[in-house]
Amino acid sequence: MATLNILILVCLGYVVLLFGVAFAADRMAAAGRGAWLRSPLVYTLSLSIYCTAWTFYGAVGNAARSGLEFVTIYLGPTLVMISWWWGLRKLVRVGRSQRVTSIADLISSRYGKSNTLAICVTILAVLGGTPYIALQLQSITLSFSIFAEADPTGLYREGSSVFWVATGLAVFAILFGTRNLDVNERHHGVVTAIALESVVKLFALLAVGAFVVWGIAGGVGPMMDRIDASEIGQWNVDAGRWTTFIFLSAAAFVCLPRMFQVMVVENADEGHLRTAAWAFPLYLLLMSLFVVPIAVVGLDLMPEGSNPDLFVLTVPLSQGNDWLAMLSFIGGFSSATSMVIVTAMALSTMVSNHVVMPIWLSTQEGSGSVSGDVRNVVLLARRVSIAVIMAMGYYYYRLSGGGAALASIGLIAFAGVSQILPALVGGLFWRGATRTGALVGLTVGFLLWVYTLLLPGMDGVLMPETVLQNGPFGFGWLRPQALFGIEGMDPMVHTVMWSLSLNTIAFCVASLLSFPSPLERLQGAQFVNVFDHSVAPRGWSGSVAQSEDLMIMTQRILGAGPAQEFFQAEAEQQGGRSSLPEPTPAFLERLERELSGSVGAATAHAMIGQIVGGSSVSVEDLLAVADESAQLLEYSSQLEVKSAELTRTARQLREANAKLTQISEQKDSFLSQVSHELRTPMTSIRAFSEIMRDTEGLSAEEQTRYAAIIHDEALRLTRLLDDLLDLSVLESGRVNLNVGDDTLRSVLDRAVSSALAGSSRKLTVRRSKTAERIPLQTDLDRLGQVFINLISNAQKYCDADEPVLTISAHDVGGQVVIDFADNGSGIPPEARSMVFEKFARVGVDKAGGAGLGLAICREIMQRLGGEITYLPGQGGAAFRVRLPMAYQQAAQ
Amino acid sequence: MKPDEDRKPSGVRPSLFLERQSYRRRRLSDAARLLPFLGAALLAIPLLWPDGQGTQEGVSLSSAIFYIFTCWAAMIVASLVFGFAARRMRVHDESEPETDRWQR
Repeated sequence: MATLNILILVCLGYVVLLFGVAFAADRMAAAGRGAWLRSPLVYTLSLSIYCTAWTFYGAVGNAARSGLEFVTIYLGPTLVMISWWWGLRKLVRVGRSQRVTSIADLISSRYGKSNTLAICVTILAVLGGTPYIALQLQSITLSFSIFAEADPTGLYREGSSVFWVATGLAVFAILFGTRNLDVNERHHGVVTAIALESVVKLFALLAVGAFVVWGIAGGVGPMMDRIDASEIGQWNVDAGRWTTFIFLSAAAFVCLPRMFQVMVVENADEGHLRTAAWAFPLYLLLMSLFVVPIAVVGLDLMPEGSNPDLFVLTVPLSQGNDWLAMLSFIGGFSSATSMVIVTAMALSTMVSNHVVMPIWLSTQEGSGSVSGDVRNVVLLARRVSIAVIMAMGYYYYRLSGGGAALASIGLIAFAGVSQILPALVGGLFWRGATRTGALVGLTVGFLLWVYTLLLPGMDGVLMPETVLQNGPFGFGWLRPQALFGIEGMDPMVHTVMWSLSLNTIAFCVASLLSFPSPLERLQGAQFVNVFDHSVAPRGWSGSVAQSEDLMIMTQRILGAGPAQEFFQAEAEQQGGRSSLPEPTPAFLERLERELSGSVGAATAHAMIGQIVGGSSVSVEDLLAVADESAQLLEYSSQLEVKSAELTRTARQLREANAKLTQISEQKDSFLSQVSHELRTPMTSIRAFSEIMRDTEGLSAEEQTRYAAIIHDEALRLTRLLDDLLDLSVLESGRVNLNVGDDTLRSVLDRAVSSALAGSSRKLTVRRSKTAERIPLQTDLDRLGQVFINLISNAQKYCDADEPVLTISAHDVGGQVVIDFADNGSGIPPEARSMVFEKFARVGVDKAGGAGLGLAICREIMQRLGGEITYLPGQGGAAFRVRLPMAYQQAAQ
Repeated sequence: MKPDEDRKPSGVRPSLFLERQSYRRRRLSDAARLLPFLGAALLAIPLLWPDGQGTQEGVSLSSAIFYIFTCWAAMIVASLVFGFAARRMRVHDESEPETDRWQR
């Protein structure tokens, strides 16, 4: 008789073996050896975590209760696997090219990296996963209790055993699921251990089956007779449940977080699917081959009322075949442990990536770079999540008491995670699927699942019995198990039908009505057309070739010398004899860091990803690259702006220098002109005063004439000095303007009368007095001075026989334009540019002024905010005065 | 960097008619695609069986087991054949595009 102590010893030994295998596999993977770890066989075997303790023990129980119905749970995944060319291939390719870490990550990534969606999927997965974990704990405990009953000497307490089982599983999951933080989230150790476990459980079930068929029944023929003779001997599977369960198990096979983990995340080579497509259905077939015989024999042999869920254990025990029972126990133990470990790993990844990390990062805001310690935080978050998830499973088990039949809990979990299916399939095949659609569909499906299946299944704990009977608030058509008044359906079929159909409808309608963001549309295109965007990932076998490619690329970026030095150093560090290092993750990481110093982190990552393969460049990478190039562009454009500014400044300096030189010359010429202008009258004054002093006998008439000359010259000097003073005041800007209001007409009236007064030359002035009724606000005296100057110039210099000056005024958009045009011969073109300069005189013959008049006019007009220009093409000399109607201070 | 071996060089238009060999390969992958539908149809047949509740004689469980497991095994064998065919396809013709154009 196998005692409980031996059983515990065997268990511990088995766990130690698993530890050893996982540890060795991790070591081999790290050392780059062990290609068989990534073989299609290991991949196929790892998929068999689909077969949990629920299927190991529960399938027989299910068969004992309802015949062949149990087989639906295996037929669904079979259909999914043989249609790998349609679906799984795409799923795996997308998962690899987008470096997806979980199903929540995949959904969120497809719909524009929406974390809300990821959180929704995570919650759904945790809610569905917790009872499932409880189920595994329950099956281990039940199987323990069977042995405890058979061994009265053992000290067995159910509560503590569950606790220790849960703790042990958590420790195993933490040790091997969160050891390293790989980009690809691959865990070779765990996968290898799981593959071993799947072999063990298949072997155990086959052994029990063979014992039952050949040991008890006496061969295949008698067994078949016995089956037909048993109480489940006729085909009586409900059509609705048959179809629904095949569909449901197919959906859950894709959507379950643990299945996604082994199928997509841990996938090392897409080609493995080709093998798994037939090998995994074969595994499932073998797993279910002996289920009905065991159930039938169990029903025959075991006493009435014994739990059919444990026939796999109790039938060999009752026949006294303890070692077979022990093997069967190990098989069940394997199923439970592998499922719990992978589920805990998958769920913890989701929880830490989509719930804990966003919260942690948002609390770290402001501390800038958080690159260093993030990895530790992630690992810690995962470890804590695993512990919390296991604790939840433990407490769920303690609270539920472990009474319900195993199969029903599993199906509830299946129905829950299947709500992800519309968003997943829509995301992979329909570019029009949007985030809003996925969110609405998921929410609708989730709520219906909770309302119609989860709450009613809790035996009135959270939902009163009256609601179940009469509907909430007496609305009969809202009864949880008879929605819209359709009664008589099996509750599972009812829930799956309503939740998934309404989920899909809501998903499609909301997708059609909403508009996706640019990132979402990009991701949509990348997912749906993944075979156009990515190449089939290359294996890691051609590693030296990869190193060469890396070398070539690095040389291009770093330069030949430094690149060769870097590679040499790496190769020496790895201890290899080749001059090229193996592309180990550590080496690639260092290389990426090295390169990112030159081309930016995102670019370096994308470049190495291109060469090493396994993942194509994601949108995030591209966006990061675009960011970097945008920064470079911005920097270079800043440089360009600065250089343009420098050029401009240099030009300005040159111009300023030229101007200064010019001004200096002007000053020199001005001084010489002033002295010349002063000298002329001074000379005559001196000459005539000397004549008057030295010449005796001057007649009174002569004296008067000489004195008059002296007086005239003195007056001229005074006028010259006045003008100079005026000009210098104007030029220096120290002039005070006396702004007043008047019309242009009166200013011109005054100017004309004072200019023509006391003059011998006749000048006819033509004016249009109506056009001159323009109100002005300016310094009227200064403006008058300009006008007087212009009129007297015309008077002095117009060489026509009958000189006529035409003054015309216009109002041009808030500016007054006054033209003074005479009918003389005008100013010769070569002199026109000079007339406004100081001491510029056209023709020396009629030297009446000092040549400062127009210069003063120009200065005055500048002060008044206007200008005076020579107007060519008017027949004679013509000047145009332009000034604003209202004087503006700013113009000064 | 290595050139993509899995893609046709751009600019080369795929010809309208394929060679006999490529044609067979395409039809083989069509068959692989149709396999799950065939499987689903086979698994739907038990829905038509009498459930033995009325006057009719029901289907015995042993026959049901025989039928379902035979269908199952047939699917596995078919999948195995297609899997190997697909592998040979890839080895033989590297330049064949990954995806069939009509799929989109």
